[in-house]
This record gives sequence, C-alpha cells and structure tokens, in this order.
Amino acid sequence: MRDNDLYQELILDHYRNPRNCCSLQHPTHSASGDNPLCGDQLDIYLNVDGDVINEITFEGSGCAVSQASASLMTEHLKGHTIEEALKVFDKVHMMLTGLHPDEVNPEDEKAMGKLKALSGVAEFPMRVKCASLAWHTLKSALKNCEENKISTE
Amino acid sequence: MNENYNVEVIRKDFPILKKSVYLDNGATTQKPEQVIQRLNHYYRNENANVHRGVYKLSQLATEAYEGARSTISRFINCSEKELIFTRGTTESINLTAFSLVEPLVKEGDEILISHMEHHSNIVPWQLVCKRTGALLKVIPVSDSGEIEMDSFETLLSDKTRFLSLTHISNVLGTINPIKEMIESAHQKGIPVLIDGAQAIARTKVDVRELDADFYAFSGHKMYGPTGIGVLYGKKDFLEKMRPYQSGGDMIRRVTFDKTTWNDLPHKFEAGTPDIAGAAALASAVEYLESIGMDNIESYELSLLDYAEKKLKAIEDLHIMGNPEKRAALLSFTMGDAHPHDIAHELSLQNIDVRAGHHCAQPLMNRFNVPATTRASFGMYNTKKEIDILIGALPKIREKFKL
Ligand SMILES: Cc1ncc(COP(=O)(O)O)c(C=O)c1O
Repeated sequence: MRDNDLYQELILDHYRNPRNCCSLQHPTHSASGDNPLCGDQLDIYLNVDGDVINEITFEGSGCAVSQASASLMTEHLKGHTIEEALKVFDKVHMMLTGLHPDEVNPEDEKAMGKLKALSGVAEFPMRVKCASLAWHTLKSALKNCEENKISTE
Repeated sequence: MNENYNVEVIRKDFPILKKSVYLDNGATTQKPEQVIQRLNHYYRNENANVHRGVYKLSQLATEAYEGARSTISRFINCSEKELIFTRGTTESINLTAFSLVEPLVKEGDEILISHMEHHSNIVPWQLVCKRTGALLKVIPVSDSGEIEMDSFETLLSDKTRFLSLTHISNVLGTINPIKEMIESAHQKGIPVLIDGAQAIARTKVDVRELDADFYAFSGHKMYGPTGIGVLYGKKDFLEKMRPYQSGGDMIRRVTFDKTTWNDLPHKFEAGTPDIAGAAALASAVEYLESIGMDNIESYELSLLDYAEKKLKAIEDLHIMGNPEKRAALLSFTMGDAHPHDIAHELSLQNIDVRAGHHCAQPLMNRFNVPATTRASFGMYNTKKEIDILIGALPKIREKFKL
C-alpha cells in the first residue's frame, strides 16, 4: 500500500475539520486516554439514554491519525446502542491490526462505512496505537461510568 | 573544517547507510564494518568464558575482554580498575544509584538533577528517594535550553548528597558546562555523575580533566554494539561501594558463612559479561580514534551549522531551544503538523528521524510541547542528506495545515 492509503483525503478532512469535537456538560460516560510515547491525548464523552448513545464527543490533541480516528468514531457511533458500539470496536480492532481480512463478510464491510478509511494503518505497525487510542478510550468509558484513565502504551 | 576529513571514505565503512538518510544517531548510531567484523572474529576464533579456563581459548577471550577495557580506559583517560562494563548508560546510572547513593542518603537529604535529563537519569533517583525519604531537586532550564546557573548554585545546599547531570541533552543538543558544575559541586563535597550517552561519540571526553566522579555511556551510541556500555567511577568511591549484582566473577572467596568481594573492577561485574560486545566496543573506540575526536566534533558542528541555517529558513518551523553551545542534534516543531505525521511522511521518503518525547517528558512539559521531531547527526552524515531532509519538509507542512 502507498502512503495515500494512510492519509486518505477523508482522514485529512476529519483531521482538519474534526466532527463532534467538544466536551459535554453532563456526560453519562467519559474517559481520558493517552499515548505517552507519541504525546497523543484524548477525552471521550458520551450521553447514553437507556442503551442508546445519544451523544458522543471528543477533545484532545495528537497526530492526524489519532484525531481523524476519534472524529470518525464519534460520527459513526452516534445513535447506535452500546452493544453495537462494542461490536464495531472489535471490527475496527481487527481492521487496524490486519487480522482476518478475508473473513470479513460483505455486509460487515458495508456497515463499516467511512471507518474503512482507517484500514491503511494496518500497514504501519507503529501507527496502530495512534488510530486505536480513541477506540480504547471509548471502551474504557463504556465499561466504567466513572472517569478513568487509559493508555495504549 | 579539516580537509583531511573524508566523509565519503567513512561512509564506505557503513554499508547500511545506503538504505536511508539516517538522522537518528541520538537514538543509536550505525556500526562500521570493523565493529561488525570484530564480533564475527571473536565468535569464530576466540570464544570461551573469561577469567576461568587455563586453556588457550579462554586466554584469548580474557585478552579480548581485558584488552577492550584497556583500550576504552585509555580513550577516556582512566585506569582499568575504574572502568566497569555494564549494559549501557541506564545500567551504569542504576548501579551508581543502588551501590553508592542509596546507602548514602537519609530522609530529608537531597539528590540534584536537571530539567533536561533523559528518563534514565530521573527514574533511578526517584526510586532512591522513594526508598529513603530523600528529595529529588531539579535545576531549572531556561527558554534557550540552558541550565540556569544561578539556580544551580542555590540548589547546591548543605543537604545535597549527589548531583547527576547530562553532558549533552538528547533533545536540545545543549552542551552543559559540566566542568564548571562539577567544580562547584566539589567545593561543597558533593559527588557527581555525568550522563555521557550523547557526548561520548561527539567530543573528546577526559574524565580526569573533567574531574567527574562517575561518567556513564552506552556502546551503541558510539558506533559500537548494543548491550554493552561503561561506568567510569573514581577508585575511592568504587572501593567503598556495595556490589550491584552478585554471583560469579565478582567474588574472591565464598563460604556459606561469608563471601568476600573481588577486586575492582570485577566486584561490579557479576556473571559472564558481554565479551564480544566489549571487544567490538574497543574496535569502535579505535575507529573513532583513527578519525580523531576533534575532527569528528568539528565536522559534526559544520553539519549542525548548516542544518540550523536551513531549518530556520523554513516557514513555521521552530527549533526547540537556542543554547550557545549545541552538539549536532536538534528538535523542532513545524506548523500544525504533528511530529508523528512528519516522521511518517519522511520515512516514506527514506529519511529516518525521531518523533516523540525522546524519553524526556519533563523537558517536553517545560517547553509546552507534547512531542517534537528530532534530527541527530553522526560523523557519516552529509550536507547533501540535510538538503534532502530540508527539501521534504515544506510539502509536509502544507499537507497537515489545519
Ligand atoms: C542523554 C541520555 N541518557 C541516557 C540514555 C539511555 O541510554 P541507554 O538506553 O543506552 O541505556 C540515552 C539514550 O537515549 C540518552 O540520550
């Protein structure tokens, strides 16, 4: 794969114009994550009603990959249930680490939508943790209602 | 610059340089053929354990190992008894912290370091403080990236028991006035360790002339192999210090009641050492000597000068710190581009630089940056390579403009 596959226009667009980039006043769930080696840092906020993620936002700083990944994630998960979100987490995790690429069925593939833009990361092991930071932080927010800290190191 | 310095001849000894524009010499340097061949020669012709066998091979291995000690001690101007082989700078610092400083300090005593230390010259001291109740004090660093000398003088107090300081910053490139600082500390009877990881391959180091009590460095940052390094320590200290690790080689006599320690330097070298590594490190030293440390220093400074001028001309590029005396490495930020994105883009063009916090998070916080991009030069880099780096940067800045 070429360089363009990592920094696709969609990634650069989400990096320049991050969606849902703000904090929430009274989140039901939140978590902070950082990647000390890179200096990437993220906060994820969620408003969950019953089972459904009504709002999901992030704030933070880091490389283009980490910011775009967070932005794409918030856009993708808004309106989904927690269960669905955790399923997406698994799929993204597999995609980023390049696991079982041929077992993906076409329907799943379609459901990934724009998130597929992150697949180029699999070619660059050193960047996987940039892309996965937002996702690990999300998981930790969903697992624990209290504020907590995670790290991809 | 010295006209006899022929970088193209040097580069021939480093075939790996053909793979990329290697500008991460602060992390580790490449190894010349001579060093690689020395490792090979050792295992093919001299391999046995040291200080043990009476047979010929063991004698050859012992000669390779002790001969290496002799070469390296001459290089830094100390006696062979004062040169302890370790795994590298990190282990050298940990050894000193455990064997000398920990038994020396008590609650309320102070250990002094600077704000520009590598984590390996921070964390061992933190742990000593935790175990003893001593306090870690930090000499501030100015915006230009230099030690604040007035604060340093005030921080040297009656409670200070030890000073540990880097010779050259691995992030800013600052060359600290260590000779002057050692003298100040000594006036108050405070022993000093110098972290020479970044200095040993860049400038002539004479531990006696510096009057350092301890000087630590790594083989792999001076064109030698990984896994081997040195702690120089003054004999008077080493004799009184407790051993670091224990086992074979470091003992004189063992009974189940009592063990007596071997003489220096073996007292601090428990177990079978990295014999091949030591021999190859000596080859690296011989290689450096054949070119001449003064020649290397002035050549690298000419590279730095060139790089600094060209980098400063790039729009939105900021070099971190502006110390009066800088070695051939520098860190920078550029526009909105994150260092990781910069390093990634450069790597696609076969340019190897470092991005991140460079194991110096407190210094990053001091300068309010999460990370930087660092270019660190070695004796084999060329102005042409710097041009390649410079040529690649503006496009990257534009690509990641917000
Ligand atoms: C200033 C400084 N001190 C200590 C170290 C640690 O050296 P090593 O990892 O070889 O023990 C480094 C290496 O990055 C360094 O630059």
